[in-house]
Amino acid sequence: MRPITIPISDEVIRSLKVGDPVSLNGVMVTGRDAVHKWLFETFIAKTRLPQGDDLEVYEAIKPLLNGGVIYHCGPVVAGLDTKEYRFVAAGPTTSSREEPYQGEVMRHFNLKGVVGKGGMGAKTLQACQEVPGVYFHTIGGAASWLAQSVQRVFGVYKLEFGVPEAMWVIEVRDFPAVVTMDAHGQSQHAEIEQRSRRVLEQLIGLET
Amino acid sequence: MTPDLTPHFLELIRLAATDLPPDVEAALQRALDQEEPGSAAYGALATILKNVELSRANQTPICQDTGTPIFYVSHPEGWSTRKLRQQIETAVVQATQKSYLRPNSVDALSGKNSGNNLGGHYFPTIHFEEVEGEVLTVELMLKGGGCENVGAQYSLPYEALKAGRDLEGVRRVVLDAVYRAQGQGCAPGILGVAIGGDRGSGYYASKEVLFRRLDEENDNPELAQLEKRLTEEANRLGIGPMGFGGRTTVLGTKITALHRLPASYFVTVSYMCWAYRRRRMIWQNGRVSFE
Repeated sequence: MRPITIPISDEVIRSLKVGDPVSLNGVMVTGRDAVHKWLFETFIAKTRLPQGDDLEVYEAIKPLLNGGVIYHCGPVVAGLDTKEYRFVAAGPTTSSREEPYQGEVMRHFNLKGVVGKGGMGAKTLQACQEVPGVYFHTIGGAASWLAQSVQRVFGVYKLEFGVPEAMWVIEVRDFPAVVTMDAHGQSQHAEIEQRSRRVLEQLIGLET
Repeated sequence: MTPDLTPHFLELIRLAATDLPPDVEAALQRALDQEEPGSAAYGALATILKNVELSRANQTPICQDTGTPIFYVSHPEGWSTRKLRQQIETAVVQATQKSYLRPNSVDALSGKNSGNNLGGHYFPTIHFEEVEGEVLTVELMLKGGGCENVGAQYSLPYEALKAGRDLEGVRRVVLDAVYRAQGQGCAPGILGVAIGGDRGSGYYASKEVLFRRLDEENDNPELAQLEKRLTEEANRLGIGPMGFGGRTTVLGTKITALHRLPASYFVTVSYMCWAYRRRRMIWQNGRVSFE
């Protein structure tokens, strides 16, 4: 397992290949459905005017995302009353829902890594080649185990999106993942999809 | 007449969220034994089993998506379903405060999270059924969003797959659903399949059938055979744990059949992730036990 420190350089990103097991170390930000839609509409497509603390949060997360990593995760968090936050369970959510936004978010913030499960599609793979960036796959449902890699919760933005949808700024150590989409246009998900398609066609005796 | 069972409902939720049932854990262990040590599939299953152990020991959620809590309550004559609903809702709020459940109930229009897992009549979802005798049985399933999103309903005939109105047609669309899900529903999954019904009852029954244990044989020999065949063929797709490729894509298949209209022939597939969180509570003569 190769240790990777966040922020990640272009050189390190380009050296990563599909199938490489890694352990991530440094600061990550969680973000999923509400965050991606908000980032895209407010700061990229600009179809929505900034409201409330939007601009303040934008300035605060920009340096974290530059060369950084976003984690598709809606954690179970203890200490909500005291604000002494602790991650109790923190596995990945299904990444494909962010496919409409992810590539643009990567380009806009110079985001180097996306952590999630289930993989992403052609638009994100294209952005991985351009930015460059990679997709880190971690184990869906392994929430208690992954929470152990979260050393510290620095704080939270957009808690009004709800606990699962907020942006939690966390420090991780030895966070385990596998590269399944790389900066060279390779995607393990596309390959498995095509292979299983051929088996399906054989099983049902049909060329579709 | 209706005793206060709130603390027992809280325990039922804790068990479901943090302690995977033995039949599921055993199936995951068998899946691990079939994969090549060192492969991504092996690594994924080894991690999954480590997480199961850790969650049980620390009483923390197996998966952070603690899902929609779906309760099936079978109660004797004379029990107040209104009181039982209140008790279940109170236990759900307490379980959220204790971090057994993530606040998961979101207003569909405003996007606002209620913060306590309560939200209208369907969150949590509670089905009541009066039964003969003096035993109260409460079954709970926690079904996460990732696997719920890859569920599918087909109206047969389904021309694209040459699926007609027979068990061969059922087989074709179920395999298609597994292919479409890829690793997104947290494979290896468990398939709940309902043949017939209408669009509503089909989904209802496709979840209800998931309460059957993995080693339970279907009473209908034809369906028992189809269950085995579908599990075996789904595994040949090679999607594997987490979609990493590998020998196990589904751990099991459970099929039920409902009466349908002459005009309709629905096949409904509910995909349950490997974190197959379901538990049962039984109340009899004032004593409570859990399975």
